[in-house]
Amino acid sequence: MKPPPFAYAAAGTLDEAVALLDEAGEDAKLLAGGQSLLPLLAFRLARPSHLIDIGGVEGLDILEEQDGSLCVGALVRHATLERADLSGGWQALREAASLIGHLPIRVRGTFGGSLSHADPAGELGVVAAAFDAEIVLRSLRGVRTVPARDFFLAPLTTAADPDEVLVEARFPTPGTGFRSVFEEFSPRVGDFAYASVAAGCRLATDGLARDVRIALGSVGPTPVRARDAEQALSGSFLDDTAIVECARLAAETCHPDAGDWHADGTYRKALVSHLVERALRRLGAGP
Amino acid sequence: MAGWLDPHDSVAVTLTVNGAPRKVRVPPRRTLADALRDAGFTSVRLGCEHGVCGSCTILLDGAAVRSCLMLAVQGQGHTIETVESLTDGDELSTLQQAFDDNDALQCGFCTPGFLMLIEGLLRSEPEAGRDRILEVVSSNLCRCTGAVPVFQAALNALAANRDDP
Repeated sequence: MKPPPFAYAAAGTLDEAVALLDEAGEDAKLLAGGQSLLPLLAFRLARPSHLIDIGGVEGLDILEEQDGSLCVGALVRHATLERADLSGGWQALREAASLIGHLPIRVRGTFGGSLSHADPAGELGVVAAAFDAEIVLRSLRGVRTVPARDFFLAPLTTAADPDEVLVEARFPTPGTGFRSVFEEFSPRVGDFAYASVAAGCRLATDGLARDVRIALGSVGPTPVRARDAEQALSGSFLDDTAIVECARLAAETCHPDAGDWHADGTYRKALVSHLVERALRRLGAGP
Repeated sequence: MAGWLDPHDSVAVTLTVNGAPRKVRVPPRRTLADALRDAGFTSVRLGCEHGVCGSCTILLDGAAVRSCLMLAVQGQGHTIETVESLTDGDELSTLQQAFDDNDALQCGFCTPGFLMLIEGLLRSEPEAGRDRILEVVSSNLCRCTGAVPVFQAALNALAANRDDP
């Protein structure tokens, strides 16, 4: 249960991090908060040749509105996000962060680390998928932006190349009347969720839901967008009939395979329906 | 740019532990928990060594973290507090006394981790309510006393702290 040997370097700046990562080759890993990587090392599930510690890189912990998007830097800690005073309806981000592991994990764990780890039960990836976050990656080759829908490829696998550092994610703010929530079910506080839901919409003064966004977690190898459910609810009132139909469609969208010994596929689908219903009722009840 | 540290080489890291600087020499893979134990702070207990049990909980810059999920090299320049810092002499801190009053320990293995977990909460969220305290106490595992007496001790300690901060 001790980590295997690896070479180590601490980067002071993003430029250094990118250069070190390039130099170290494709078996290198970035270390930020380490709350997922250290367990992988302890179990010897990961044996990186090099670790590049980006924990001290300045400027990667921004959390602010820029050009119509909320920018969340790679080094924003979950405990910070959980308590952040976010304007623009981003309650889903706060709630998702508050449900990650336990408090001591959230004190160290980072936003970029969670996205990069790409655990199918990870909360923040579901929020990124729901709200079309743009994920900014940097390497010596330059900067590129990957939409969340193309970022998550498989469990623990993302579109980031081995030489790329995840710098931040940008969440385009849908605008007036936007609100969002996050719901999940786990058997105990801090456990991996059996199912999770990020949902949001704009509710104008006419009471109709627009720009409906629903994504599901823990029900497939990567986050799932429930597009049929989104379309069904767009332009409707958030009344009982619409909510129940939307929840049913969302559950149909996902195909959790046989599941595992924690929860089988049928149970996870039932949870999705319930959680979507709960999320939509909260959206309808106001901020 | 800082250079590479080879896997089997050691580097000097200065940790501030319980108010005093401590220099340790560690290879990159040494966890902070192991480094602290090697330096004599054996109140840092290693149960699971992969971030589940919470027995190795310490305060890092005043907030509770799991020292098995940090490398010692990551501790450079940070302020660390272990359970040894809670009291000066024989008199127990309010939190420690609450553990005694509520029989919140038997074998004592998990106790330092619980104390630092709750000490962190006392400092960062002195107004924490019953549900929040229950949620935070659930971070750590106890295999003999059970969670209820620990939860009761935490409730009492936070209440006492509010009455007499």
